[in-house]
Amino acid sequence: MMALSKKMLEDEPSEVELLLPWHAAGRLNARDTRRVEDALASDPALARQYAVIQEEYAETIALNESLGAPSGNAMQKLFAAIDAEPERRPAVTAGWAARISGFFSELSPRTLAWSATVGAVIVVAQAAVIGTVLMKNPSGSFQTASLSMNEPVVRTLSGAAPPRALVRFAPDARVADITALLDKYQASIIGNANGGMFRLQFGDQAMSRDDLNSLVNKLSSEKIVNLAVPAS
Amino acid sequence: MQVLYGRHHVRVFRFGLRLVRDEQVAEDLISEVFLDVWRQAGKFEGRSAVSTWLLAITRFKALSALRRRKDLELEDEAAQAIEDTSDDPEVAATKKDTSAALRKCLGGLSREHREIVDLVYYHEKSVEEVAEIVGIPENTVKTRLFYARKKLAELLKAAGVERGWP
Repeated sequence: MMALSKKMLEDEPSEVELLLPWHAAGRLNARDTRRVEDALASDPALARQYAVIQEEYAETIALNESLGAPSGNAMQKLFAAIDAEPERRPAVTAGWAARISGFFSELSPRTLAWSATVGAVIVVAQAAVIGTVLMKNPSGSFQTASLSMNEPVVRTLSGAAPPRALVRFAPDARVADITALLDKYQASIIGNANGGMFRLQFGDQAMSRDDLNSLVNKLSSEKIVNLAVPAS
Repeated sequence: MQVLYGRHHVRVFRFGLRLVRDEQVAEDLISEVFLDVWRQAGKFEGRSAVSTWLLAITRFKALSALRRRKDLELEDEAAQAIEDTSDDPEVAATKKDTSAALRKCLGGLSREHREIVDLVYYHEKSVEEVAEIVGIPENTVKTRLFYARKKLAELLKAAGVERGWP
């Protein structure tokens, strides 16, 4: 009985031994990584076992990669099923639209007619003010270096596109973290590019090249961002 | 949805295929998994990575498919068959090629062992994430992978490949 218990204890793997596969996959925290590395440096048997694990790790990846990819039928089937889904509940914005439309439907025709007249007068007055300002200060023009080499380049920001960047998030980035980051930078995802990159747009105002570079540098230092580059 | 599908469908397919061992069933699984995601998007709480959530749904769907096919018994037979083929000419040929033997034996592990090996080595999931996907305690995750590796070593030994562990 004693011999059996001793044998069982000998067979029981140590905590560090159990963590070796995650060390090979790079999924241990800093403290455990240090523990495992210290143990590997001082225990040749453990180092041999780790070499075996690295072989298993590589072959498991090779085996999975050899499985190929699904046919296009799977995607067609999925999107056909999504199209066949019943219409979803109206979103919050639709709720607001319903409330606004409800508010107007409760107004009397006379009140509505007066409101429309007042609205029309305000629009005409606004147009007159804007027209006057534009006539006094025609700032929509620009001058390029090719037209006048001896004068500085003059560019106005009016009509320029808001700043954009290509960003790759860390593989373990959570949706909540990404949402928080988008809020923090007042950014929105406007598309995806190759290699797992997302195209982000920051606000709706144009930005100088220096400001954009500084923004992208700040973005690059975020924990959940692997790569950020300015984009057009 | 297209972005999500584009980013994750291959890994979801491969994880499902390793569990159900049938390409057609694995393709059907993908549609079911992403349709569930479409329907339950509002329930995703963002506590875990999206890929972890997807793999957990895939695993659940794969087990349901296996139960429907009543293939679990057949699977044990398949694993047994690999242990008993040490004199098989095909296995004898793989003795010269540890890499091929290793892949063959990875395919010969039980479903529980295959999924934990794949989740850690291929999908690179942490102990906590595997526990969430498989629905077992973290300590069980660690010991299950250890015994999966021991089983793999036994299968390799039976196929004539010695690697110096255990």
